[in-house]
Amino acid sequence: MQASNSVGVITPQYVHIDKPLHLKSGTVLNSYNLVYETYGKLNPERSNAVLICHALSGSHHVAGIYADQPKNVGWWDNMIGPGKPIDTNRFFVIGVNNLGGCHGSTGPASIDARTSKPYGADFPVVTVEDWVETQALLADHLGIEQFAAIGGGSLGGMQALRWSLDHPERVRHALVIAAASNLTAQNIAFNDVARQAIITDPDFCGGDYYSHNTLPRRGLRLARMLGHITYLSDDSMAAKFGRELREGKLSFGFDVEFEIESYLRYQGDKFADQFDANSYLLMTKALDYFDPAGAYDGNLSEAFRVIKANFLVLSFTSDWRFSPERSHDVVKALLDNNVNVNYAEITSSNGHDSFLMVNDYYHQLVHAYMDNIDL
Amino acid sequence: MTNMINPATISRPDFAAIAAWIRPGAKVLDLGCGDGSLLHYLQERRDIFGYGVEIDDDNVLGCFKNGINIIQNDLESGLSSFESASFDYVILSQTLQAMRHTEIIIKEMLRVGREVIVSFPNFGYWKNRIQVVSGHMPVSETLPYHWFNTPNIHLCTLGDFEALCDQQNAHILERIVMNGDRQVKILPNLMGVLAFYRFERRG
Repeated sequence: MQASNSVGVITPQYVHIDKPLHLKSGTVLNSYNLVYETYGKLNPERSNAVLICHALSGSHHVAGIYADQPKNVGWWDNMIGPGKPIDTNRFFVIGVNNLGGCHGSTGPASIDARTSKPYGADFPVVTVEDWVETQALLADHLGIEQFAAIGGGSLGGMQALRWSLDHPERVRHALVIAAASNLTAQNIAFNDVARQAIITDPDFCGGDYYSHNTLPRRGLRLARMLGHITYLSDDSMAAKFGRELREGKLSFGFDVEFEIESYLRYQGDKFADQFDANSYLLMTKALDYFDPAGAYDGNLSEAFRVIKANFLVLSFTSDWRFSPERSHDVVKALLDNNVNVNYAEITSSNGHDSFLMVNDYYHQLVHAYMDNIDL
Repeated sequence: MTNMINPATISRPDFAAIAAWIRPGAKVLDLGCGDGSLLHYLQERRDIFGYGVEIDDDNVLGCFKNGINIIQNDLESGLSSFESASFDYVILSQTLQAMRHTEIIIKEMLRVGREVIVSFPNFGYWKNRIQVVSGHMPVSETLPYHWFNTPNIHLCTLGDFEALCDQQNAHILERIVMNGDRQVKILPNLMGVLAFYRFERRG
């Protein structure tokens, strides 16, 4: 595997969409920006486009680096590039920052033209369906009628699945990795604890912290620490940190003592510096609301009737946040509809985060699947 | 595009025997499908639509490379992903003898498939019998393992298998017994190396 093959220096691009977006919540967003990146070349037939959808904390920066930030490597750089499983010598790959995000697409920190102030708490709640609509408009803008593939992990996989339902003619292959057809009560519970951590931070100021010149860093940090625990597995934490002490001995206080505490606090701090708390709230809501079977009395097979795409479904054995059993539900509903599907359960100790990591079997599977996509 | 299917496997007489029973255009589930060679063969010769089930990583990757619909799953845990009577044929090709839960898989195949096709090495083959009589567990072309490293934990003869079918309410529609590429008609339980059965739920 040519893991060192990078798409190189990338420049993000912007599209301004003036067409009013009727959100699932009933709210209308009159205009908005989307920031995106592309890797590889669109072929003359326009048949080799691949859309990569990001998860909770991801962005449009999927692969490569920036000229002024050589260490800012895209979040799925190990998967996407020349000679990599999603081969940019063959495919034209697009990464887009979702509406409501905080990496350049219009979101809560953007200025609301009506008030000349940041949207803050007034930014509407967005859903996976809404994202798919905006991504379809981006595809129109790029002249892509049909994607060779749309994929992602976790919340990104949910968007790929939604695409196959909302625009069955526009996606030939859906790559649904470490995802589920909806969240379990336990999963929603984790999300709500994260939201409560943010909302109850006194610096949250009802979501309008921008105008108060403050940031709910403590809340966002806690939300991320909690999330991070659930993205790992007991085994991987035991292997990486065990009960190791930073100073080699107990200090009988509440400062950092165990290595795991140090790691989580560092991750929390780093995240609180770079992510917008309102965006975090929105992303977790989009996760909670996702439920394609909801409109069909919980019958996922009914919901999948319209699917025309072929499916790649992957799960990871140690992922307890989006467990293999949840992927089995998706596979079963696909089988009920005679959909072409390749499903593999990958042995990994890295929990939900496995989908972001290098694993030979995982990457070989994606590579083999992508190689068989006709252009 | 990479295609791993070895042309040599295409001339496998056991594939031909199974293909002869499959209606063109049928929907097929192949349990323990390996790298998907049989499904590929049936797609080419019988224009079937199918899925394979396989547990081994290398085989699953082989199916991915061969463009075969594959569900990575442990057969021992049953076929809960598959609706009742949702396939024209469910095939278990030379896998039965390596399964722990023999009765459960037969039940499950009868539930999911309108017809079931099972093939297995005949333990009653005379060469096996001679080895047992001479004091050794058989080692042969179809049973290439030694007693201490064999995955084959539930070996049976034709007679044994037919008794199990009867017990499981399976109605045998057809039986073929092979020795290499020849069909065995006389004394099959003694002369046959590989047995093929096609059966359905009784009643």
